[in-house]
Amino acid sequence: MSVVTNTTTIGAIELPSRRNTELLLLAFAVVIPIFAYANVGLSIHGKLPPGMVAYGGGLAVLAGIAHLVVRRYAKYADPLLLPIGTLLNGLGCVLIWRLDQSERLQNLAKRSFGHFSESAPRQMMYTALAIALFAAVLVLLKDHRTLQRFTYISMAASLVLLILPVIPGLGADVFGAKIWISVGGFSIQPGEFAKIVIAIFFAGYLMVKRDALALASRRFMGLYLPRGRDLGPILMIWAMSLLVLVFENDLGTSLLFFGMFVIMLYVATERTSWIVIGLVMSVAGAAVVGATASHVKARVTAWLDPFACYTKSGACEQVGQSIMSFGSGGVLGTGWGQGNSDLIGFAANSDFIFSTVGEELGLAGVMAFLLLYGLIIERGVRTALAARDPFGKLFAIGLSGAFALQIFVVAGGVMGLIPLTGMTMPFLASGGSSVLANWALIGILIRISDTARRPAPAPAPSPDSEMTQVVRPS
Amino acid sequence: MNKPLRRISIFCGLLVLALLIRTNWLQYVQAEDLSTRKENRRVQIAQYATQRGNIIVAGGQAITGSAATDGSDYKYKRVYTDGALWAPVTGYASQAFGSTQLESLEDKILTGNDDRLFFDRTIGMFTGEKKAGGNVVTTLMPDVQKAAYEKLDTKTGAVAAIDPRTGAILALVSTPSYDPSSFAGNSKTDEKAWVELKDSPEKKLVNRALRETYPPGSTFKVVTAAAALEHGVVTDIDAPTDTPEPFLLPTTQTPMVNHAKGCEKATLNFALQVSCNSVFANVADKVTKDKMLETAQKFGFNNDKIDTPVRAFASVYDKNMDRPGNSLSAIGQFNTAATPLQMAMVAAAVANDGKLMKPYMVDQLTAPNLDVIEKHEPQEMSRPLSPANAQKLQKMMENVVENPNGTGGSAKIKNVTVGGKTGTAQHGEKNAKRPYAWFISYAKTDKGSPVAVAVVIEDSNADREDITGGGLAAPVAKAVMEAVLKNQNKG
Repeated sequence: MSVVTNTTTIGAIELPSRRNTELLLLAFAVVIPIFAYANVGLSIHGKLPPGMVAYGGGLAVLAGIAHLVVRRYAKYADPLLLPIGTLLNGLGCVLIWRLDQSERLQNLAKRSFGHFSESAPRQMMYTALAIALFAAVLVLLKDHRTLQRFTYISMAASLVLLILPVIPGLGADVFGAKIWISVGGFSIQPGEFAKIVIAIFFAGYLMVKRDALALASRRFMGLYLPRGRDLGPILMIWAMSLLVLVFENDLGTSLLFFGMFVIMLYVATERTSWIVIGLVMSVAGAAVVGATASHVKARVTAWLDPFACYTKSGACEQVGQSIMSFGSGGVLGTGWGQGNSDLIGFAANSDFIFSTVGEELGLAGVMAFLLLYGLIIERGVRTALAARDPFGKLFAIGLSGAFALQIFVVAGGVMGLIPLTGMTMPFLASGGSSVLANWALIGILIRISDTARRPAPAPAPSPDSEMTQVVRPS
Repeated sequence: MNKPLRRISIFCGLLVLALLIRTNWLQYVQAEDLSTRKENRRVQIAQYATQRGNIIVAGGQAITGSAATDGSDYKYKRVYTDGALWAPVTGYASQAFGSTQLESLEDKILTGNDDRLFFDRTIGMFTGEKKAGGNVVTTLMPDVQKAAYEKLDTKTGAVAAIDPRTGAILALVSTPSYDPSSFAGNSKTDEKAWVELKDSPEKKLVNRALRETYPPGSTFKVVTAAAALEHGVVTDIDAPTDTPEPFLLPTTQTPMVNHAKGCEKATLNFALQVSCNSVFANVADKVTKDKMLETAQKFGFNNDKIDTPVRAFASVYDKNMDRPGNSLSAIGQFNTAATPLQMAMVAAAVANDGKLMKPYMVDQLTAPNLDVIEKHEPQEMSRPLSPANAQKLQKMMENVVENPNGTGGSAKIKNVTVGGKTGTAQHGEKNAKRPYAWFISYAKTDKGSPVAVAVVIEDSNADREDITGGGLAAPVAKAVMEAVLKNQNKG
């Protein structure tokens, strides 16, 4: 692998650090949500919302701290990731606050739980915690390659994280999916963190085994089939993702893990056969689960024609409501606070928050949001391309690939493009774990991109990788 | 590793692209379909999100209103003043059960969504005013409506009153009525009220004045008389006809029963005065079915597009029947059926010297600021009679009321010329069901005729023998005419 590649983000000469660009973009990323917040207040209550200063100031301070940390600890990092994250997170808070104002949802909560509590203040608190976590990642993780050492610990940790919600007494069944644990009054979705931890394991494992997987294989019907001992962990991941699905009713997470693994495997081995094997395995898995789990079946039915079973099935009603939400928004949307996306009900501020974007900001807003997500993915892939060590490459592509899959699965689900899976839209949806995990993800990408763009490459010698790396002519 | 990385980046790009295409499909291509789907509650939410405009009666009084509701998707619900009185006019607008009649037909104006209110909405957008609904100004006169409603009291029946000169509907009453306010919301109590009304044995939800047809009985003889005059079968109303007693229905051995005496060779004038069946059956046979049909249709029979704008059911004069059928139909039996509005139109056409004006009840549509955006101009519908023949018929109808032996004596009003015709329509097998009492009439002053009215009463606790148009229905018609005249003198 040569130092000079044809990617534009990396070159032998010193690159500008781009920190001022980031600061300018951050200013926009703070101002836009403040305007949005004012807009919601004006349209719903006819006056500027309370705590304009507190909210605006809070967001500005958080963004400022994040920026200073990046400036100090990751000078050469990609300048887009932080502003986009801030913008999405800020707008997410506004969307949640807007849904908090919905009488319909308030009454629904009162009827079902006896009380209603606002989600927006909690979301702001989680955002603050998440920025702290982001800063901690940058401060503590001086070099992402140190994570390589935790390959197998990560595997264990991710398994533990995934299994936690199934443990009786710890897990909580919320609306049919057992993906939550409650600790001291707080609910956490360990799956969100498992996403990152398992990426560490995949990256570490594949970096070591990539040649074994790529070369030591038998040809069979035009496909390169790897040896059993290399295949073992892969089958294990496959089985694990199926188990997650079966026991936790979490279609999204299993798809995410498996997809991420296939992507990383393909990148590591450069063998297309992995894609084929991955597809075959996921199709087989999906067929088995689809035929057995009623939960999944209901969602597939809802996806095929939500209006055919609209009045009979809750799943159909949710998807139907969501699609009508998008349709009613039209090209320009109804405007902040003026839609009826709260008709969706309970999940309006979590799984289905994107429907509110669809209805109130319209086609224009949805496209803008999708492009913002697209930009995060693009910066992530670019970071992977620019990274100079295979671990960093794999890690970055794993994270951004998973992020892309998550966007696709969530947005595609609420728009009726694919069956609904019940994951949350990163940064937008209400929920602490999601915000924390995604800011950690951004932190790690920023760290990798900083390393990648740093002008004087000094790769830390990695004992692990040297033992197994095969030098190949490039 | 960069080659697969690039491929993965293309793959990620495709994922995002798929989402972009999907959102365009949903929000551009399918937007219209989705936003107007019947499952989409936003349609109703928008309908009830702002205060609806009002339905206003002559004199400027609103008979509807909007009340804010709590804990519901629908912010405002409809309330009605004197709901039961006006229900046949307004129809209902219920959050849960849809809307009917004027509430439904003029929904766009009432919600403010009409294109003609676009300018108002645009101005409102800049001045920050909330969207408001326009108003529907009707021709109905509160005094007349009340007089009819109160006079009908507990009886089942209907009243339709028209201004013969313009076709403006002055009263439209149907009893027993219902209060549209009782199920305007979408709560449990609303639902209960709705179910009770829907299943009520008295069919309270039916608008009997417009949307129920009855055999018109002897009141139809006015139409038969008009046909006889128009087609030259009778030219002199005081000349004896060649009606034998008993009169056998053409081609049969069935005698036509007369309740009145002196019908043999009776004049047309006398036949109407005492309501001879045989004379009219005889005359109609001479007019022939096709010409009877022609005149009946000029009066509005067999027309299923009488929109006031609320569409009235088509009244029927059978197109395919034999001679005896025609003779029976000519006295308002057999297959003949008419709405109260239709019979009021018959009286109105006679009173207006043979010119039938198109009945209407919406005078104006106004913007929220009361600017008139549409005004109804009276329209001529047809001319079933020549003025000369109309005056002959008027003489006959006035005779029914004025003559001491006439059947319509109880409709007499001091110092006012009143013309009328009674009717008692038997129906059901072997006439087992309670008969319908009819009365159609008009009042006339020196300025023309300000009112023509039709009254039908379905049932009564009174004895069968007493149920005749003259005894039951005529006093109601009288009250209605008096109310109109009183109103006219006031103005």
